[in-house]
Amino acid sequence: MNAVWPHLPALQVVIPLLGALLAALLRSGRLAFLLALAVSWIMPLIAGAMLWQVLSSGPISYHLGGWEPPWGIEYRVDLLSAFVLVLLSTVGAVIMPFAGRSVAFEVEEGRQAWFYCMYLICLTGLLGITITGDAFNAFVFLEISSLSTYVLIALGRDRRALLSAFQYLIMGTIGATFYVVGVGLLYLLTGSLNMVDIAARLGPTWTSDARAVVAALAFVTVGVSLKLALFPLHVWLPNAYAYAPSWVTAFLSATATKVAIYLLIRYFFSIFGVAIDLHALPMTEIIVALSLAAMFVASLIAVFETNLKRMLAFSSVAQIGYITLGIGLANQAGMTGGLVHVVNHALMKAALFLAVGGIFYRARSVLIDDLAGIGRKMPLTMAAFTIAGFGLVGTPGTVGFISKWYLAVGAFDKGWWILVVLIVASSLIALVYIGRVAEVAWLREPSPQLAQASDPPPSMLVPLIVLAAATVYFGIDTTWTAGIAGSAVSVLLGALR
Amino acid sequence: MIAAASPEHLVLLAVFAPFAGALAIALLHRRPNLREAATIATAATLCLAVATLLGPVRGGAAPEVQLIEVAKGLVLAFKVEPLGMLFALVASSLWIVNSIYSFGYMRANAEPRQTVFYVCFAVALGSTIGLAFAKNLFTLFLFYEALTISTYPLVAHRQDAEAVRAGRIYLMLLLGTSLMLFLPAIVVTWALAGTLDFVPGGILAGKAGTVTVAVLLAAYVFGIGKAAVMPLHFWLPAAMVAPTPVSALLHAVAVVKAGVFAILKVAVLIFGLDTLVALGQSAWLTAVSGATVVVASLVALRQDNLKRRLAYSTVSQLSYVILGVAVLAPISVIGAAMHLAAHAFSKITLFFAAGSIYTAAHLTEVSQLNGIGRRMPWTMGAFAIGALGMIGVPPTAGFLGKWFILSGAMHTANWVAVAVIVVSTLLNAAYFLPIVFRAFFCAPAAGGHGAQTGEAPWPIVIALTATAVGTILMFFAPDIPHTLARLMIAR
Repeated sequence: MNAVWPHLPALQVVIPLLGALLAALLRSGRLAFLLALAVSWIMPLIAGAMLWQVLSSGPISYHLGGWEPPWGIEYRVDLLSAFVLVLLSTVGAVIMPFAGRSVAFEVEEGRQAWFYCMYLICLTGLLGITITGDAFNAFVFLEISSLSTYVLIALGRDRRALLSAFQYLIMGTIGATFYVVGVGLLYLLTGSLNMVDIAARLGPTWTSDARAVVAALAFVTVGVSLKLALFPLHVWLPNAYAYAPSWVTAFLSATATKVAIYLLIRYFFSIFGVAIDLHALPMTEIIVALSLAAMFVASLIAVFETNLKRMLAFSSVAQIGYITLGIGLANQAGMTGGLVHVVNHALMKAALFLAVGGIFYRARSVLIDDLAGIGRKMPLTMAAFTIAGFGLVGTPGTVGFISKWYLAVGAFDKGWWILVVLIVASSLIALVYIGRVAEVAWLREPSPQLAQASDPPPSMLVPLIVLAAATVYFGIDTTWTAGIAGSAVSVLLGALR
Repeated sequence: MIAAASPEHLVLLAVFAPFAGALAIALLHRRPNLREAATIATAATLCLAVATLLGPVRGGAAPEVQLIEVAKGLVLAFKVEPLGMLFALVASSLWIVNSIYSFGYMRANAEPRQTVFYVCFAVALGSTIGLAFAKNLFTLFLFYEALTISTYPLVAHRQDAEAVRAGRIYLMLLLGTSLMLFLPAIVVTWALAGTLDFVPGGILAGKAGTVTVAVLLAAYVFGIGKAAVMPLHFWLPAAMVAPTPVSALLHAVAVVKAGVFAILKVAVLIFGLDTLVALGQSAWLTAVSGATVVVASLVALRQDNLKRRLAYSTVSQLSYVILGVAVLAPISVIGAAMHLAAHAFSKITLFFAAGSIYTAAHLTEVSQLNGIGRRMPWTMGAFAIGALGMIGVPPTAGFLGKWFILSGAMHTANWVAVAVIVVSTLLNAAYFLPIVFRAFFCAPAAGGHGAQTGEAPWPIVIALTATAVGTILMFFAPDIPHTLARLMIAR
C-alpha cells in the first residue's frame, strides 16, 4: 500500500489509459465491457483517497517522472480538482453497469470493443485535464478526450450521428485552437507552462493596458467556453447529445462539459485572478449576460422540442448557464451555487439521460409523441425521470433547489435582486418542458406500440434509481456537495488579487 | 404506546406516519380492503399522535426536533406551536372522516386508479402536517411544494381533457407563484434577517424600511398562491374537476388552509404585528383581502355548478382569515385562527353534501336541486348547517371567528373591514340560503330525479353528519381553538 499511495495521481490517469490499450486488443464486446467496468470502479477509490488526503493534509503536488516543476509536468490535486475528480469517477462508476445492455443494443456488434476503448481514452482525458497543473498538458488531455468523444458520438446507429460528430469535430477543433493560442501567449509572456508558475510570473507584468494578457485571457475563455457549450457557443451540443448512443449522452452530459467548466474556473481564479485584477475587466457583466441568455433561450427552445433527447440537450445548455452564472457572480454564495450545480446537474442529467436510454431500449423511440402512457408501462423508469425532472425545476428537497438557493443568495448579496427573480423565472420554464413530458407519460392511455414495454432489466434500472435517489439525498444532506464546494470556493476567492 | 412516547418522537411520528402509510397503501394495491384499512390505520395513528401532543402544547410546551442543516441557514426542523397545533388537529381529525367518506364515494362511483388516489392523499396529508409543524420558513416551503406536487395527480385524476387542463393551471399557478414570489421573498428575508426561524414578535423588526416591508409582504401574500387571494385564485375553481373527497379535504381544508396558515405565520412570526402596525401595512392588505371577500362572493352568486359555487365561497372565506390579519389587532388575529378551524368543518360538510348528491342522484347544478331535501334529508340537513356556518349564524362555529375579527376591526376603527364583513355576510346568505330553500321547499321538477333512490351510501352519510355535528359542537365548546389561538398571540 505504501508503494502505491504516493503515486495515486499518476494511477488515476494511467490505469484508464492502460485499460484502453487492453480494450483495443480485445475482440469481444462483452470482455471489453467487463474491463471498462473494472477500471470505472477502481477510479472512485483513487479519487476518494486523494480527496481524503487533500482534506487531511492539504494539496498534493506530484512530479511526473521526477522532474521538478516548473520544468517538468506537475499533477496538482487541490480541493477543487479532488472534488471534480470524485464527481467524474463516481458518476462514471455508477452509470457503467447501464452500458452493458444499452451499448449492446445500440452499437454494432463488431464495434463494441472499440466503443469501450474510446470510452476509456475519453475518461483518461477528462481525468487528466482535472488533475494536471500544466497548461499545455491540459491541452493534450483536452484533445485526447475530444477525439475519443467524436468517435463515441459517431458510433450512434442513427446516420445523423456522423454529421453531428463532424459538426462537433469542427467546433471542438476551433475551441482547442483558441485554447492553445491562449496558452501560447501566456508562454510568450511568462516563459512557463506550469499554472502556478504562470500566475506568479504574470502578476508583476500586469498593468491595465497589458493587451497581450487580456488577449490570452480572451483566447482561453473562448476556447474553453466552446467546450463547455456556453451560449452562444453551444450549437454543437444538441445534435451531438441527440444522436450519440444513449449511454454516451448520459456520460458526456455528466462529465465532459463539467471538466471544461473546471478548466474555466482554474484559469479565471487560479491563474488570471491571482495575477491580475479581473474586476478591471467587464468579465462579470459578459458572463452573467451570456448565462442569462442560455437560461432563457435554451430553455424556451427545449419547450418546443419534440425529441426527448434534444429537449434534454437544450436543457443542459440552460443548466450550464446556471453554473457560469455562479462563476460570473464570483462571490462566496454565488460561486458555491455554480460549483455545487456542477455536481447537482451531473446527477440530474445523468439520471434523465439514463431514463431516456431505458425508454429507447424498451420503446425504440425518444419522440415525445410516441411515449403516451409510458409511465404505466415503465413506472420505475418514469418515476426516476420525474424526480430528476423536478430537480431541474428546483423543487425544495432536490439538488436543484440547493443550487438555486445559493445562486439567488449570491445574486442578492451583489445587490442584483432582479437576477433573483430571473433565476426563479427560468426554472419555471423547466417546469413547462418537464411537465409536458410528465403529462404525456402519466396522464394518457398507453399507445398500442408500447404494449410490450416494461421497466428495463436491473443492470440498467439500478444505476438510474441510484442517481434519482441521489438527486433527493443530496438535496437534503449537502455536506459532501455544497460543503466541499463552499470550502473550495473560499480557497479560490481568497487567492484573488 | 403512543401516550408513552416523548413529544419529540410524537412530532416525528406525526410527520412521517402518512409517508410510511403511503408506502403501505402502494404495496397493498391488489387488496382493496386491506388498502383502505391501511389508510384508516394511518389516519388514526396520525390523529392520535397529534391529539397526544395537544396536552403539552396547551400547557405551554413547544416540542421541537431538528433533523438536518441543509445549507447555512436552511434547517429542516419542526416545532409545534399553538397555531400549527390547531391546523394539524383540524387536518388530521378531518382526514379520518374524509377517508370513510372516500371509501363510500370512490367505490360507489367506480373511480379508476384508486391506489394512486389514496397514496397521493396520504402524501398530501403528511406534507400538510410537516407544513403545520414547520419551525422555519424553509421547512414550511419544502412541505408547501410537496403539497402542491402530491395533489396534482389528484386534480388530474380523471385524465380527460378538462382534468389535464385543470391540472396544468393548478401546477403552473401554485408552483409558479411559489417559485416567482414566495422563494425570492424567502431569499430576501434570509439576506435581511440572517435567519428563517419563526420567532414571536418577528425577525424583521428594524431591519427593513416601509417600502421593503410592503414589497416583501406583497410577495408573501401573492406568492403563497394556496391562499387564493384574487387575482391568483382561479386554480381553485379549476381544481374542482377532482373527485369530491379531494375538493372536500384538500381544496377546502388542507391545501387552502396551508396557504392562509402560512400567511398568518409569516405576518405574526416573521414580520411581527408590531412592525406591521408601525409601518402602516394594514390599509392595502385590508383592501386586497376585502376585495377578494366581496368579489368572490359576487362571483359565487352567479355559479350554477354547486362545486364551483362552493369553490368561490372558499376563495371568499379564505380572505376572511387574511382580513383578520390585515386588521392587525390581536383579537382579530385570534378570530382569523378560529375562522381557519371553523371554516374547515363547515366547508367540508358542504362538499361532502355536494358529493353525496352527485353519488346518489348524479346532480351537479344548483338549478337541479328542487326538492332534493325530501329525498336526502340527512345530506341536506347537514348542508343547511354548513351553510349557516358559512354565513356565521349562531349556533355554528362560523359565528365565533367572524365575531372576533369584527371586534378587532371595530377596535382599530377599520371601517372598511367592518363594511366588508357586513356585506359579505349578506352575500353569503344570498348564495347559500336559496339552495337550502330549493332543496326543502320547492317541488321536484316533473320527470326529474324522482324519489327512486334515497340517500347516498352509509359511509358518506356518516361522514357528513359527523362534520355537521362538529360545526355545532365547536360553537358550544370553542375551548381548544380559542386557547390555542390565544397562546399564539401571547408568546
